Amino acid sequence: MVDFQLTEEQQMIRDTIGAFAKDEIRPAARPADESCAAPDELIQKIWELGLVRGPIPEEYGGDGGERSAVTGAVVAEEMAYGDLSIALHSLAPRLFAYPLLEMGTEDQKKTHLSRFTGPKFAAGTAAIIEPRWDFDLTELATTATRDGNSFVISGTKCCVPLAEESDAILVYARSGGAGGFGGVDAFIVPRDCGGLKIGDREKNMGLRGLATYEVLFEKCKVGSDARVGADKGIDFSRLMSEGRVAFAAMAVGVMRAAFDYARDYAKERRAFGVPIATKQAVAFMLADMAIEIDAARLLIWEAASRLDKGGDALRESYLAKNYAAASALKVADNAVQVLGGHGYIREHPVEMWLRNARAFASLDGIATV
Amino acid sequence: MIDFELEPQVLNRLQMYHSVAENMMRPISREYDEREHEDPWQFFEAMWAASALSDVQPAVSAKSGTAEKAPSAPKLRNLNTVITTEELCWGDAGLFLSVPNSGLGGAAVMAAGTPDQKARFLKRFSEGKPKWGAMAITEPGCGSDSAAVTTTATRDGDHWVINGTKIFCTGGHRAVEKSEGFVVVWATVDKTAGRAGIKPFVVEHGTPGMQVIRLENKLGIRASDTAAIVFDNCRVPIDHLLGSPEVKREGGFKDVMATFDATRPIVAAMAIGVGRAALDFVRDFLKEQNIPIRYGISPRRLTAIERDFMEMEVQLQAARLLTWRAAWMLDMGQRNNLEASMAKAKAGLVVTQITQKAVELLGPLGYSRKLLVEKWMRDAKINDIFEGTQQINMLIVSRRILGYGNKELN
Repeated sequence: MVDFQLTEEQQMIRDTIGAFAKDEIRPAARPADESCAAPDELIQKIWELGLVRGPIPEEYGGDGGERSAVTGAVVAEEMAYGDLSIALHSLAPRLFAYPLLEMGTEDQKKTHLSRFTGPKFAAGTAAIIEPRWDFDLTELATTATRDGNSFVISGTKCCVPLAEESDAILVYARSGGAGGFGGVDAFIVPRDCGGLKIGDREKNMGLRGLATYEVLFEKCKVGSDARVGADKGIDFSRLMSEGRVAFAAMAVGVMRAAFDYARDYAKERRAFGVPIATKQAVAFMLADMAIEIDAARLLIWEAASRLDKGGDALRESYLAKNYAAASALKVADNAVQVLGGHGYIREHPVEMWLRNARAFASLDGIATV
Repeated sequence: MIDFELEPQVLNRLQMYHSVAENMMRPISREYDEREHEDPWQFFEAMWAASALSDVQPAVSAKSGTAEKAPSAPKLRNLNTVITTEELCWGDAGLFLSVPNSGLGGAAVMAAGTPDQKARFLKRFSEGKPKWGAMAITEPGCGSDSAAVTTTATRDGDHWVINGTKIFCTGGHRAVEKSEGFVVVWATVDKTAGRAGIKPFVVEHGTPGMQVIRLENKLGIRASDTAAIVFDNCRVPIDHLLGSPEVKREGGFKDVMATFDATRPIVAAMAIGVGRAALDFVRDFLKEQNIPIRYGISPRRLTAIERDFMEMEVQLQAARLLTWRAAWMLDMGQRNNLEASMAKAKAGLVVTQITQKAVELLGPLGYSRKLLVEKWMRDAKINDIFEGTQQINMLIVSRRILGYGNKELN
């Protein structure tokens, strides 16, 4: 039955993470952007909230909670409301753990999942994006070719978060002839695998607080047990849909941050003797931002709820993500505009959100629910 | 739990509306666009007879709590109304507006009338021949600023005497000259009292002193009549004033504003129906031409047509979800003033753009009256105007998100 309300548990999660994001993450956002580093203590504190451990079954040391894309979208939005870089950093271990959780073999789960259930933050990541203008999830250039009982992986990835500090990287590569989302596999590549080279830390326009790297696979040889799901492989389309839902939800978080800030500013800032928010030119910009936030969130929740029902959400998550990416840029840009010259100054966070918002359309597969 | 999928039994019911849209509306869609001011009586009679379709009538504000409950009434009444409205407007928005029912006049009676008045004035819509109810609020000198009405009602013994001119009255001609319907006229009983003095009066068909002086020639929705009505010493019995005549009580006008919370999602749904008609047409057309729409690939590799089509599709779905939410909130008994305006503003705008894009994508074919696409573009535009223009709805959204009243933001 049609229902627009989150479950009580989801509301509680939203409120808890939302308050944490506002009180703890937001104050760290600008320093992380300026210093290009997320503070370790904060990352550890977020780790203790159990956002990664939650849906990992108890037998691997997790909390055994239900994994839900809607809940994941709620968490992603609230975290990104605090700060996008810190959200991506804290949730990066999901990129490694959750595909295994959903599609890995029993052995793979047993071997790897417990690493993400301990008391200390454990970095984890996945290598998906490749450094080409027309990078496309359905046409990965990185390949994995079978060589007896092994796979040989070759290719270049970029925008891999936390690659340097992760024990292993999940790399997506084309292993079969089939086009589209078929023929793609995920491989667990240990950090010390021969042929795996981690390049310099990347310097991006936004997401400055998030450490991302170029990663090179030069005839990187892994055993056949490194292939996620063994002979069954993975449902790459579903994994990417989950990723799009998560990243799109983060876009909504950034939009909300920008909207709240611009709205409050417009009510305070006076021009011609009145608050600028009392001028329709400004008020309508804010109204438009509010509508886009709700519209994007509903599209994302629709895709997420389809995923939770086990259905296909390729089209829905793709459209929702593209919509959210475009809206985020527009909303963040409006926020800068509402603040005028002050919006351009780094004393206010809106310019940072504009830089961060640009990431949504450029990157794909950098988060998951 | 978040869920935006309609249940199978709702979808089954919707199928019935779809067949009305497809088999009864589409075949005469072009004809009554060309034959403006003529009446498709066969269609009217059929719709009147189909009592199962009576819930097409605008749902009335939940707080009145007196909305009729058919035994098979769905749980989510307002949501049901918006999804069926979309379905019928996929068929034809002008014909949808022409369906004989109590219409906005009935909505005003439900919102502002006493129990006795509701029974007395609305009974006719479940018996006899097709009838229409209409509402007259807009005047030549005031539209969005509906509190500025100049039409007056003066007490004379046990009658009210109404004087003034009303325009843009949807279904007005059919309500008062072509059936035994009525029009609810908003008039001031005390010009010094501002909006508190504005009251709704039921004026019965054929009342002396009331005359339809003009039917507008419109850009679109041509099957729907839009009447200009003059009231010249038009006398109505005192108990035709809906609700309380007390001027201090702001009831009447506030109540009509409250009906917008229920009707704006319906107008948004009308827009969405028209938009979906255009989208479905383009989708089928591209399929015939073997032009694929590739979901999931890098947005940078999409063709211009794919981009346009996907943009149409996602904007329509965004508007639809906002609309469903606004209706669902009413069903839950929640205040939806902000959400109703969000939905109306979004749907009115994007469907205007979607239908224009459909005409564009089809090149010279889109411009031709051989197809219905150009008609949908003309029909769509009204949804960005009536029941609160784009700008009025943005103003409402602005006030609500800023916590301002009409003094701070106007």
